[in-house]
Amino acid sequence: MEIPYTVSPRPDTGLTNGKIAIWLFLASEVMLFGALFATYVMLRVGATEWPAGATYLNIPLAALNTVVLISSSVTMVLAWASLAKNDFGRFRLFMGITILCGFGFLFIKYLEYSEKFHHGYLPSTNTFLAIYFTLTGIHGLHVIGGMVVNGWFWGPGSGLWKRDPTHFTNRVENAGLFWHLVDLVWIFLFPILYLL
Amino acid sequence: MDPEASAGEHDGAHDAHHEPLGFWRKYVFSLDHKVIGIQYAMTGLLFLLFGFTLMMLMRLQLAFPGEAFPILGSLFGEARMPGGIMLPEFYNELGAMHGTIMVFLGVVPLAVGGFGNFVLPLQIGAPDMAFPRLNMISYWCYVPGGLIMLASFFVPGGAAQSGWTSYPPLSIIAGQGQSFWLFGMVFLITSSLLGAINFIVTTIQLRAPGLTFWRFPFFVWSQLVTSFLLLLAFPPLEAAAVLQLMDRHVGTSFFLPSGLVVSGEILQATGGGSPILWQHLFWFLAHPEVYVLILPALGIVAEIVANNTRKPLFGYRSMVYSVIFLGFMSFIVWAHHMFITGMGTTMATFFQTTTMIISIPSVVILSALLVSLWGGSIRFNTPMLFALGFLPMFGIGGLTGLPLGLSATDLHLHDTYYVIGHFHYVVAPGTIFALFAGVYYWFPKATGRAMNETLGKIHFWGSMVFMNVIFMPFLIMGLAGVSRRLWDGGASYAHAQPVLHWNVVSSVGAWCLALAQLPFIYNFFKSAFRGKKVGSNPWEATTLEWATPSPPPHGNFTTPPVAYRGPYEYSVPGSARDYSPQWEPSGA
Repeated sequence: MEIPYTVSPRPDTGLTNGKIAIWLFLASEVMLFGALFATYVMLRVGATEWPAGATYLNIPLAALNTVVLISSSVTMVLAWASLAKNDFGRFRLFMGITILCGFGFLFIKYLEYSEKFHHGYLPSTNTFLAIYFTLTGIHGLHVIGGMVVNGWFWGPGSGLWKRDPTHFTNRVENAGLFWHLVDLVWIFLFPILYLL
Repeated sequence: MDPEASAGEHDGAHDAHHEPLGFWRKYVFSLDHKVIGIQYAMTGLLFLLFGFTLMMLMRLQLAFPGEAFPILGSLFGEARMPGGIMLPEFYNELGAMHGTIMVFLGVVPLAVGGFGNFVLPLQIGAPDMAFPRLNMISYWCYVPGGLIMLASFFVPGGAAQSGWTSYPPLSIIAGQGQSFWLFGMVFLITSSLLGAINFIVTTIQLRAPGLTFWRFPFFVWSQLVTSFLLLLAFPPLEAAAVLQLMDRHVGTSFFLPSGLVVSGEILQATGGGSPILWQHLFWFLAHPEVYVLILPALGIVAEIVANNTRKPLFGYRSMVYSVIFLGFMSFIVWAHHMFITGMGTTMATFFQTTTMIISIPSVVILSALLVSLWGGSIRFNTPMLFALGFLPMFGIGGLTGLPLGLSATDLHLHDTYYVIGHFHYVVAPGTIFALFAGVYYWFPKATGRAMNETLGKIHFWGSMVFMNVIFMPFLIMGLAGVSRRLWDGGASYAHAQPVLHWNVVSSVGAWCLALAQLPFIYNFFKSAFRGKKVGSNPWEATTLEWATPSPPPHGNFTTPPVAYRGPYEYSVPGSARDYSPQWEPSGA
């Protein structure tokens, strides 16, 4: 049995099933990170003293990471736009760059984490580091999740392009929406943890 | 599109799918929403029975505190019932797991996973859910979540003992069972999340032609709002569960204050955290969760009331606006569970105001259902009896909630048996009655056979009487100030002495309630195989799920359904019959 509106939009809503689903999923993600940010606010408001981010954290590395992640969002859009222009080769290129940026982000994050561990700064050291590791850790898991999805469309899942290009393009667009959310969360994390 | 051509396509697809499915794909890892709905419902009913059993053990201890029960003692072992006397730790295990299982593994899976999955796509004329594979994954996240919860009884130290609310710091210094609880919750949250997305997309996208939003049966509206609550309220609990796991295993102190003293010694932790933070995160989920428990029940009752009064629902539009408003408001009332945390009068005023406001739409819906009875020629079949029983029981549950929503009276009543009485009236003779009504009402659709009416009526009257025998004493004891968390039911407290005998009454009520469920269990299985065969529309109902054979085939409809009219066109003047189904064009 065929489920309708998986590929072509329903006329009266103008949307495909997948598009609504990904936005609903993003809404739930906003609630997840919203709760974690609220936790940060409550802990900080209740604390007698709260360290400046620079006490423990490496601002230049994090700034570099911000650039890497924003760049990857741009290439993600270019990858989708290439599909819309029927240019699969350019899609491969831009999606590949997006994934590489993901690896770059994780590598820089690894440098940051190992520097912390080297100095003996652990989640159990104090509440600031606890929320730092939790927020960046959960964000990192989202980065990995996004990379897995993007990697699937870059490699093994790209066969769908030949069978049903519209469906494939829609899926890449939805993956892109998720990737932008991951980017957006980092744009909130960076000032809150490192700068404020 | 040419309707005949699409019907042909549809039948072709139906045949192509029907033959090759083996046992595993057909009954275990099925993608068919009807099978998944039945899987959810059966699993949910089993967990309800299990959670009820835990409660019957607790009632034994509360009625006869400290007495020895050698047979049970040999069953549960020296670690839990030495010499047959229940240890407080075991009692706490039973209490925490009763609440968790009833809410997260029993009622929600049955109300949303069961009825939502089975009925919603049929009522909107959809061939299946929008994402059948996601639907299957949702069920198979729920099952491991439940198994992890059950497994926690067997780890050293036993299952979670910190109540279904898992308040820190107690939950953080508790044994391993608490970690199982948290991991189990992560699975259940994932399951709900996938289900919620699927329900919303299905409702918006897969509606039959002609089925505008204002032609939705009320049940569809209630499931739609419920799905939004699950979607947006559960993620914060997921975050909170991760934070509590961090506190337990990584040594953080999100919920541990500085200088916490446990057993006379200062706890070795970095401190600086806030136990109140957990309460906020938990209740931000758990108050909308209350509406997740109640909205599907209201939806079921609305369907049955309209069908058995043979007239349209009174104020259908007001009910829809109310249920949407309830959904919004349920996100900003959570702190009325926390009046005694010392939140200050400004906060308390805000939350008691929103709480009073949210009672308005609840009253609108309940009143509309009540007024719907007016002037109807009511058919008193089993589903209708349960639906009628729901109305006053939910009314008691709702009205007893008002004193808890006002901070001044809540200071006295907080954490007493009154609270337990209040929310059990909402959920047990309230929601669970509605769920029973739904089982009796849609059983013919799911199986093609009707349940026995006589056994159903015995089941109803037994349940109705004994539910009240159990829960009315709670209100009395709670007003006398008896705390809800006592292992001895208050026996060691002077102020509890005048009301202590109610514990025995309540316990006897609980065991009698168990007996009253036996006709249901027998009826359920007997009718599934031997019940009287019925046609596609045995209740002479108007909504789309009755436009297809019972049980519906794979793909649901033999001809693509079209909705021509509103959901409750009963007793239309000038019509030959007293019901005008949605799928029949006017003038037919």
